[in-house]
Amino acid sequence: MNRSILMLLIAVVALGGIYYYNSSTETEDASADAPLKVGFVYLTNPGDHGWTYAHEVGREQLQAHFGDRIVTSYVENIPEGPDATRVIRELVAEGNQVIFTTSFGYMEQTLKVAGEYPDVKFDHITGYKRSENMATGNIRFYEGRYVQGVVAGLTTESNQIGYLAAFPIPEVIQGINAFARGLRSVNKDATIKVVWVNSWYDPVKEADAAKVLIAEGADVLAQHTDSPAMLQTAEKAGAKGFGQSSDMHKFAPNAQLFSSVNNWGPYYISQVEKVLDGTWSTGEGPDHWAGNTWKGIGDNFLVLSEFKNMPDDVAAAAKAARDGIANGSLNIFEGPMMDNKGNSVLAAGDTLDDGGLWAMDYYVEGVEGNIPN
Amino acid sequence: MAEALLIAVLLTSVPLILAATGELVAEKSGVLNLGVEGMMLMGAVAGFGVASLTGSAYLGIIGGGLAGMLISMVFAIFVLGLATNQVATGLALTIFGTGLSGLIGAPLVGQAIDGLPQLIIPWVSDLYIIGVFFQLDIMAYLSVLLVGLTAYVLNYTQFGLVLRSVGINHDSAHALGYPVLRVRFMAVLFGGFMAGLGGAYLPLVLTPHWSEGMTSGRGWIALALVVFASWRPWRVAAGAVLFGGVTIMQLVGQARGWAIPSQFLSMLPYFATIIVLVLISRGGRIQFGAPAHLGKNFLITR
Repeated sequence: MNRSILMLLIAVVALGGIYYYNSSTETEDASADAPLKVGFVYLTNPGDHGWTYAHEVGREQLQAHFGDRIVTSYVENIPEGPDATRVIRELVAEGNQVIFTTSFGYMEQTLKVAGEYPDVKFDHITGYKRSENMATGNIRFYEGRYVQGVVAGLTTESNQIGYLAAFPIPEVIQGINAFARGLRSVNKDATIKVVWVNSWYDPVKEADAAKVLIAEGADVLAQHTDSPAMLQTAEKAGAKGFGQSSDMHKFAPNAQLFSSVNNWGPYYISQVEKVLDGTWSTGEGPDHWAGNTWKGIGDNFLVLSEFKNMPDDVAAAAKAARDGIANGSLNIFEGPMMDNKGNSVLAAGDTLDDGGLWAMDYYVEGVEGNIPN
Repeated sequence: MAEALLIAVLLTSVPLILAATGELVAEKSGVLNLGVEGMMLMGAVAGFGVASLTGSAYLGIIGGGLAGMLISMVFAIFVLGLATNQVATGLALTIFGTGLSGLIGAPLVGQAIDGLPQLIIPWVSDLYIIGVFFQLDIMAYLSVLLVGLTAYVLNYTQFGLVLRSVGINHDSAHALGYPVLRVRFMAVLFGGFMAGLGGAYLPLVLTPHWSEGMTSGRGWIALALVVFASWRPWRVAAGAVLFGGVTIMQLVGQARGWAIPSQFLSMLPYFATIIVLVLISRGGRIQFGAPAHLGKNFLITR
């Protein structure tokens, strides 16, 4: 008897919820002057460092830029699995007209929901699939890694660089190769040892990998994983390193040389601007290349934090490399370029186009070992 | 160089030793608590929080242990008091602990603490290789002590005998007049305390910061270790070091460019656990020491 009353109560509450939800969406549609609703899907809790934090900073910039013309909101801790589809649909149901999904693993889910809601504009971060209402935004992260390579090459005394990598995907390979190009541009004897931790985020394993690399002789560490654990380990061991996605200086005041900071604000602002003035489009054709934005240091999408813990001449070299990339006078992947097996990849004077960047399945000169399959 | 690697192995195995030893005691009394991951996270956030607020990493140890114990009490009340399904309640505890630690820890994200200092024991720490065992921190030394204490209590004291008998057959133990639920309650609380300590070791020693879900599955490894060690405390410690060793070796293998795929080495401990599980389920002559009433609820009937 009690149980049936309970069930009845649950049913009443649920129905009430559905009614409320329906009525709230109706009022949204009624007023034409209502602010544009912009939703974000986050992989983790934003916290105050790392990948998602950088997106949160971008969202705050976006909100501040447009003030009460838009309303932004986010959902956090969304795994890159089938459940993301449900979460994206819910954002649509809440009346969001622009939705940013901020991790590579949301690509298929975003594409699916984009197909279901042709009037909503979707923006997927770091992917490669697009449609009429799904665009892609990405940062040329590898540009910052070239500058890291330059600093590492001038800083290392053992000529051994340790590199923590998450997964062997094109973006990570690009980063390793760009780092090696920077390293070898200033130091022909230095080599990079890559350790794959098979996770974007596992502080203990990242710390273990850093300890191992230091024990194996590396004195400068770079990372393509998310936690500050590597820098903390370097700080303790007296080694140097680079932060990831956001400035991690406070975790390692003596160890962090600099950090490549992802600056998503300009992208979010330009995309929402286009929605507001009605020019948002991903262009024509099956691949919708016009909907692809991939910018770097030159467009302020990637910002390098203050150069610290290094002599002035090293900082000057880092600034020169940064400015060279920004004004286009320095091309990171310009021939002659050899892979690490001694085969020529680019002849003198040739450069790698974006397609070539994404197709990298080799390490360039200066990286030890093989890419795992 | 070998010494630095050995220290890394020992340090990475300490949280596993602590959490697995606690779980072993709970399981020996017949309670399967799958909430180790959640309890470790509670220990981690409390350990970090206390250390950050008081400025003392030593108080953080106590805070971590107590937090693990408190949340295991919730589990104990459900499983022992209300006789809920142990597997489901344990899984719920993991989900609850993960969420609650994230909530409590939100204002702690981004803070850094000093962490526990190395306690170098003079003279012996200078010995080649053996010396590294004396260059650790207080929690690492404590973990060995606690394993020894657990082994002693379980095998050589009357309380240990009662605890084991409760796990083997709670009806017989009850008939003999032993307080089954009270013994299990204490065992679960001890398990929670140890898991809390294990969790606190992460932000206090390994990576001196707090971030959500930072245990990344170490609670599940601790659970597997108990089975792998066939419910013997010293084997748990050995298994944890072996596990830590394999973890570090696969990283070393990558840094040195060995031909073995790193995934293969990472898989080994789990593979060994599966083999042990298969052997146990086959039964037969090999005694593994699995408590016969593990996972079974005790209901007082007249």
